[in-house]
Amino acid sequence: MTAYLLKRLAISLATLLLASMVVFAVLEILPGDPARLMLGMNASADQVELLRNQMGLNAPMVWRYLHWVGGLLSLDFGRSYTYSVPVIDLVRERLAVSLPLALIALALSTIIAIPVGLFSASRRGRAGDTISMGAAQLGVAVPNFWFALMLIYVFAVWLRLVPAGGFPGWGAGAWQALKSLLLPAVALALPQAAILARVTRSALIEVLNEDYIRTARAKGLPYRTVLWRHALRNAMIPVLTILGLQFAFLLAGTIIIENVFYLPGLGRLVFQAITQRDLIVVESVVMLLVAAVIAVNLVVDLSYAVVDPRLRSRQ
Amino acid sequence: MTLHVDIPEETFSSILAKAFRNTAFVTGFVITLLILAMAVVSYIWTPYDVTKLVIADKTQGPSLAHWFGTDHFGRDILSMIMVGARNSIAVALVAVGIGMGVGVPLGAFAAARSGLVDEALMRINDLVFAFPALLSAIMITAIFGPGAVNAILAIGIFNIPVFARVARAGAMAIWPREFILAARAAGKSSTQISIEHVLPNIATLLLVQGTIQFALGILAEAGLSYLGLGAQPPMPSWGRMLFDAQTRMVVAPWMAIFPGMAIVITVLGLNLLGDGIADILDPKSRRQR
Amino acid sequence: MSLLEIENLSLAIGDTPILKGIELSVAPGEVLGLVGESGSGKSMTALTLMQLLPHAARATGRVAFDGIDILAATEDQMCALRGYDIGMVFQEPMTALNPVKTIGEQVAEGIRWHTKATRAAAEERARQMLDRVGLPQAKFPLSRYPHELSGGQRQRVVIAIACALKPKLLIADEPTTALDVVLQAQILDLLRDLVAESRMGLLLISHDLAVVTEMADRITILRRGEVMEAGDTVRTLSEQLHPYTRQLAQASMHVPARAKVHAVGSAKPLLEVEGVTRDYPGRRTSLFQRAPAIRAVDDVSLSMAPGQSVALVGRSGCGKSTLARMILALDRPSSGTIRFRGETITGKSEAELKPARRDMQVVFQDPYGSFDPRQKVERLVAEPLHLLEKKPTRADCREMVAHALHEVGLDPRDMDKYPHEFSGGQRQRLSIARAIITRPKLVVADEPVSALDVSIRAQILDLFAELNQKLGIAYLFITHDLTVARAITDEVLVMHDGKIVERGKTNEVLDHPQSEAAKALVNAAPDLHRAIARKIQEQG
Repeated sequence: MTAYLLKRLAISLATLLLASMVVFAVLEILPGDPARLMLGMNASADQVELLRNQMGLNAPMVWRYLHWVGGLLSLDFGRSYTYSVPVIDLVRERLAVSLPLALIALALSTIIAIPVGLFSASRRGRAGDTISMGAAQLGVAVPNFWFALMLIYVFAVWLRLVPAGGFPGWGAGAWQALKSLLLPAVALALPQAAILARVTRSALIEVLNEDYIRTARAKGLPYRTVLWRHALRNAMIPVLTILGLQFAFLLAGTIIIENVFYLPGLGRLVFQAITQRDLIVVESVVMLLVAAVIAVNLVVDLSYAVVDPRLRSRQ
Repeated sequence: MTLHVDIPEETFSSILAKAFRNTAFVTGFVITLLILAMAVVSYIWTPYDVTKLVIADKTQGPSLAHWFGTDHFGRDILSMIMVGARNSIAVALVAVGIGMGVGVPLGAFAAARSGLVDEALMRINDLVFAFPALLSAIMITAIFGPGAVNAILAIGIFNIPVFARVARAGAMAIWPREFILAARAAGKSSTQISIEHVLPNIATLLLVQGTIQFALGILAEAGLSYLGLGAQPPMPSWGRMLFDAQTRMVVAPWMAIFPGMAIVITVLGLNLLGDGIADILDPKSRRQR
Repeated sequence: MSLLEIENLSLAIGDTPILKGIELSVAPGEVLGLVGESGSGKSMTALTLMQLLPHAARATGRVAFDGIDILAATEDQMCALRGYDIGMVFQEPMTALNPVKTIGEQVAEGIRWHTKATRAAAEERARQMLDRVGLPQAKFPLSRYPHELSGGQRQRVVIAIACALKPKLLIADEPTTALDVVLQAQILDLLRDLVAESRMGLLLISHDLAVVTEMADRITILRRGEVMEAGDTVRTLSEQLHPYTRQLAQASMHVPARAKVHAVGSAKPLLEVEGVTRDYPGRRTSLFQRAPAIRAVDDVSLSMAPGQSVALVGRSGCGKSTLARMILALDRPSSGTIRFRGETITGKSEAELKPARRDMQVVFQDPYGSFDPRQKVERLVAEPLHLLEKKPTRADCREMVAHALHEVGLDPRDMDKYPHEFSGGQRQRLSIARAIITRPKLVVADEPVSALDVSIRAQILDLFAELNQKLGIAYLFITHDLTVARAITDEVLVMHDGKIVERGKTNEVLDHPQSEAAKALVNAAPDLHRAIARKIQEQG
């Protein structure tokens, strides 16, 4: 067990290290001089050079990389060129929007998908299965930002139940804030739920064909009990894998969805920072998102071990 | 996780006969064919010229003259959807080509070599997977500038590990088979075995993944051009049309509805096609029916 | 009164008829053997009794168990019967247990469900049951998971599940087919004892006439969904009134006609194995530690003369397949050398091995898995031709394939078919055609007939014998089945725990085994003659 844990942990850390090098390298070749950007077009070459020195941009690359990583580790992400505030403050502020959004969406998607998948698998081939899988098939095909537009049209423009976009901030009261996160979360969650429901169903059906299901039924357990006690846990492994992948999708999805709803979240921040060449923000946020994805995958790997005793005793 | 690869043992004609009895396959096939035909036709003919702005006709609702209405420059939405299809299909298809072309040999190689080579390739895969695809696509387009070619590159790169993983998992399931051992006893090298025995046997798996990635590519392209990072105006693209529609939702909802429907139907068609192929060729799913 | 009575049972899946008018009955405490080759419908009969058939299956007729009409029973009634009054043991122990639940949970689950006992009480009973089937507390606590157990141990758990509530009827569907002969004997003993203890009726399903004869009071012989013959075991098999019964009995005792031991003379040995050892690295117990290496093959030496037929026998996991792979240069020894035709083949590159590979071919066990389903027979059988120094032309190639197919008794026109168009026995012929096409000096055959029905098995053994005579090919037969060894080999090597523990003339070793391992194998091997003789003796 511990060997498995340590190995997964080591792999995650190595991936994280490599990822940081990639991010740093990519931004090194990104065109645009931050010093020039900060000072504007009218600044003289001397002024730019002076600022470059101050910002440490003229130091050797390895040194700058180490400096950057050191900063990340001590939560000192540097200062944003465009906003002129510490990046950590920006991130903290935006995370307060994006994290709840992603979590609500993930929860919503799981809560919808797993029961639907179970329902469908247990009535395979019958009307209920056909209808819910037809809906899932459609759900998979819908781009989340278009779905978001349709939601806005129906619920904000037409029914006027929720705001069409923007975020009042948590200061305006939890309910107001949640209300403005509701549509975005639904827009993010439903297409993911459709995928997850399909995976859950097919994983269950695969497991239901296994010999040990027949053994369980030969004990006299009713079908329903066999489904819950024997099939579900075995089917969790592919479901967990997809859940892990979906977290990455959700993070990326926030970039578009936050743009659709004008939400001041991390996705919108990184998107704007790229267009404004605010490299230090891009670096930090991208690294943060990548670290989140790696961490979630680590959790998924570890949960495999909880579900499957064979992994616990293997290396 | 182990992947179970059942090898269907059938002839081409019996597969074909089965295909036409499979509703998912037929529906998906017809939709895909229609969308492709639409894109091809758009080269020769569209109801209206999509490059001509007719301000007098701006934001008109659906009518006999303009089935899907017009946009804020008076362009015919149907014509734009037709031309936009080219762009979506080209981007997604080439991206699948890149993914398959690089990913499949990598995956097959990793499975054939196992050990250190395999481990290294899989770690690189992990690395690419750590970057949410859209985020990286944004970074790539930010470096090289927006445009259809860079969108292809961005989506293509992220198809590589997907195909590598599928090919590797499929190949790993084929390698322990006795017929591989027999080929080794006949003195075939691992490259020969990969080409002659492994790839033909995982082809259906790759075909199914191909349709899935094609569909995902359409979605990703729409997302990128919605953010202004895909094909640039005046070239119409479905994502861009949705972006233009967003601020005019109240006055001209059709501007958003029809391009979105085009995306949904295309993706739906491809997914049905993939499901159908998997259904027809996978003996296990047949057993369930 | 009968415990189970089946009258005129017919079954169809979709439009395909599976069973046609089956009649059989089992009395309390009686063992009924249901015998048949693959496709005879014996497993489907069992699943009908349990009402665990596929959805599309429709059964008609009458199945009465203990006064209950099974075909008319509701699912709730069946749930009450399954595992309580009727227990079932399946063929494949490796997949019959849920990998994520402990053996304790899996045994106790049925007990709790049927008796509404508390968890503690149910676990107590599960414990007793596991002790009874030979899995004592000390080595097999309830908290063990299936993957920590071997195949034989897992089958014991499955039996514990099936017998936990002392059912009136136990159905065992090929319970030992996946196990080696020694384990088979142990499991059969266990079943016999359990049945006697609680006067269970046992419906024993098997393809192996010898196994059924040893166990059953009465037998029913099934073929293509129909009962061929039924009656008292000894009488049915000693009289052999029905032609199919005779055919089955003869096939399972078949010995191919072959000239006695080849004149070996002073010819140089064809194959020499000297002090070969193969270690597999132990599994990692923590980041820096590994368990000690597993020694699959331990200092094995042997030598074979040209044209000689040698059997390598042993229980599953004894290292015989690993040794075969090293001889075929598909795996490398950790130490020791292997010489073929006087040349060392260990440590050679693929290119250097080509001439040796030409003279050394292989036939595998599984007639379904050993062909690439995507290629036509022509390409498959011609595959080893690529070892020839001069690449033959397409026409030469077809000529050689046609000749090879002819030699194994297939039609040369078959070369344009795909492997799935052939039956299991025909595929094994294809496998042999592929092996002999380069005119090798040695063919290594790894359990080449153990996946085949008895009548087909007899034909394939004949083919091996004929080719041995005609082409002078030496065979190394890897098998756990002593009847195969006896039928077709001159010499036998007995392998145990990676070592060769006994060697000698086949008949001598099998008739008078010296080592413990050989004795165990010989005693456990089912033998129809012996089984009938013993039965007659018992009945007096």
